[in-house]
Amino acid sequence: MAEMNEKAILQFQDLDISFRTNAGTVHAIRGVNLDLQRGETVAIVGESGSGKSVTVKACVGLLDANATVNSGKILYRYTDEKGAQQVVDLLTLPKRELRRTINGSKIAMVFQDPMTSLDPTMTIGKQIMEGILIHKKADKAAARARALELLELVGITDAERRMKAYPHQLSGGMRQRVVIAIALASDPEILICDEPTTALDVTIQARILELIKDVQKRLGISVIYITHDLGVVAKVADYVNVMYAGKIIEVGNVNEIFYEPKHPYTWGLLAAMPDLETDDDRLASIPGSPPNLLHEPVGDAFAARNAFALKIDEKAEPPMFKISDTHYAATWLLHPDAPKVEMPTELVARLERARKEAEKYL
Amino acid sequence: MSEPLLQVRDLNQHFKVSRSFTVKAVNGVSFDIFPGETYGLVGESGSGKTTIGRSIIRLYNPTSGSIKFEGKEIAGKLDRDTEGMLRRDMQMIFQDPMSSLNPRKKVGDIIGEGLDIHHRYVTAAERDDVISQMLSKVGLSPAHAERYPHQFSGGQRQRVGIARALVMNPKLIIADECISALDVSIQAQVVNLMKDIQESTGCAYLFIAHDLSMVKYISDRIGVLHLGYMVETGTTDEIFANPVHPYTKSLLSAVPIPNPEVEKRRKSIAYDHVAEGIDYAKGTEHQLEGTHSVLATDEELARWTA
Repeated sequence: MAEMNEKAILQFQDLDISFRTNAGTVHAIRGVNLDLQRGETVAIVGESGSGKSVTVKACVGLLDANATVNSGKILYRYTDEKGAQQVVDLLTLPKRELRRTINGSKIAMVFQDPMTSLDPTMTIGKQIMEGILIHKKADKAAARARALELLELVGITDAERRMKAYPHQLSGGMRQRVVIAIALASDPEILICDEPTTALDVTIQARILELIKDVQKRLGISVIYITHDLGVVAKVADYVNVMYAGKIIEVGNVNEIFYEPKHPYTWGLLAAMPDLETDDDRLASIPGSPPNLLHEPVGDAFAARNAFALKIDEKAEPPMFKISDTHYAATWLLHPDAPKVEMPTELVARLERARKEAEKYL
Repeated sequence: MSEPLLQVRDLNQHFKVSRSFTVKAVNGVSFDIFPGETYGLVGESGSGKTTIGRSIIRLYNPTSGSIKFEGKEIAGKLDRDTEGMLRRDMQMIFQDPMSSLNPRKKVGDIIGEGLDIHHRYVTAAERDDVISQMLSKVGLSPAHAERYPHQFSGGQRQRVGIARALVMNPKLIIADECISALDVSIQAQVVNLMKDIQESTGCAYLFIAHDLSMVKYISDRIGVLHLGYMVETGTTDEIFANPVHPYTKSLLSAVPIPNPEVEKRRKSIAYDHVAEGIDYAKGTEHQLEGTHSVLATDEELARWTA
C-alpha cells in the first residue's frame, strides 16, 4: 500500500478536486496536503469558498455528484479485527464499503446546522440508537443503555426523559449536543466538525467547544475542525492549516500561527478580527474578495489582494517554505532572495500584546 | 450632552400567539441614541434585539412605551408628514444581503427607489448622478448600477444594502446583524466603510449584533439584552472594564480570543438566571457610574458588586 507518515492516522496527499458546473470547471481543491495524528486537533481555517468543507467531505465520500477527484490520496490507518495495522485509500474504496466500515464507525462528522442534520420525525433516542444498532450490531437494550450514557456524556441532564423528545423540542445548543452524541455513538477514531458552532450563540458556542475538547480528552480521539473563526481555533486547535483558494498556504502549530504568522493572508485574517483590546481607528482589512476558481489562478492566487505581492507572485506559484519542523508557509516572501518585508505595524503591536499576555501563563 | 436623536422609553413589544399565550419579546427597555454615535445592542438569539430594531423602524406596532425621534413621538399612528420624515431619516441595513435585495431589479434602481418615491430629483441625469456617487462612496464602481444583485459577491451586496440606506441621507441607520453573514476579511471592509460614512455624514447607528468583539470595536455605548430585558447598559469601556450583571460576565467570558495560550486556559462562565433565582421583572434600573446602569434588585446589586 501507499506510503504513509508513521504517526499519522489520516493523511491527505496532493488532493485535487474539481467540479463540473454549467459555467465551466471549478478547480476547488488544488493540491492539499494534511496530516492528522492520533489524539490531536487540527483546524482548517479559511473564507467561504476556500475549499475547507470539500476537503473533509472527500474523506467521508460525501462529495457532490459533479465532483471529480483529479489526483491525490486520502490515507487512513486503522487496526482491523485481527489487530493488524491497515492502511486504506479512502478515495479508492467502493462507496458501499466506505459506508459500511468507515463512515460513522471510524470517521464521524458533525455538521454546521443542528436542525437540518437531525431527522425531525424521529425521537432523539431513536436517532442515537440507530448508529449503535447498525454499526455495533448491539441489541436494543444495550443500544438504549449506550444512548443514555452518551447523552450524559454530552451534558444533557434528565437523559431518560430526553430520549423521547423530538428535535424541535430542544434548543439549538441541545440539538448540537445530540448531534455530537450521535457522532460519538459508535466510538469513532476521528471526529470531523464542520463549523459546529457557527449557527449558535457565543455563550452556547463556548459550552459546545469545551464539551468537544472534554470528550476528546476522555476518549482520545482525533478531531478535524473547520471554521472561519480564529478565536475558535485558538481555543481548540493543536495545529492550524490556513486555506486559501483551494490550497493550504500556511500550516503550523497553534502558537506559531498566532504569534509568528508568516503568510500575508494569515496576517490579514488576524488583523481583520478585532480582539477585545483593539482600539485603532480602522481595522486592517484584506482588500478585494477571494478569486473565482472558475478561472485557474496564474501565480499566487492571493497576489491580487496582497499588499506585499512581489513580481514573481504574478508568474509562479510559491512552494511551501520551511520555517520550523512544524511550520510551513507558501509565500515568496520567505525565499532567501526576497526583500525584507515587515508585517503591518498594527499587527506587530497586536502580536506583541498577545505574546505578553500569553507569557503570564507560561 | 445634546438632545438625543432617538429616545426609547419603557418599550414593550408583546406578540399574542393564542388566547392564552403571549410572547413577551421586549419588556420595559429604555435607551437613548445621540446624533453621530453608535449604539450597540448585544444578546443571544431570542433576546429581542432584532425586535427592538424593528419596533423602532415601525415594522411592528409597540404594545406600550414611547419612542421619540428628534423629540417627536413615533410609536403609534402618525400623520403623513412625520411618516415621510421618518422614511427619509431612518434607514435599515438587513442581515442577509441576498434576501433583502430584489433579485429582479438592477442595483441602480434598488438604490434609486427612495429617490423615486420621495421625488428627490428633477432630471434623470440628476438621479443617475446621485446613484453613481453613492456607488463610489461604498467602494463599488458606477458601472455596477446596471447589474443585478446575483452578479455580486456577499460583501459587495452588503455594500449595495448600505448604499440604499445612505442615499436618503438618514440621521439614524439601524444595522441588524449586517456583517454576520460575511467572511472575516470582508467584515472588516464593511465595518471600516460604516465608520468612514459615519465620519463624513455624521449619521448615528443602532448596531445590532451578537459578535461582541466587533460590537466593542464599533460602538460608543452598548446595551446588553437578555430575554427581552435590558440587563446592563453603559459606554463600551464601562461595560467591558467593569461588567456587573452575571449575564454580561458570562457573555464576555464566552467570546473566543485569538490568543491560544490564553484561550486554552480560559473557561467560560455559565449563566442560568433560573438557578441563580434572578427574576428580571423584579429588578429596577440602578445607576452605577456615568451612564452605566444595571437591572437588579437592591439585594442582587449588593451581591454582584461585593
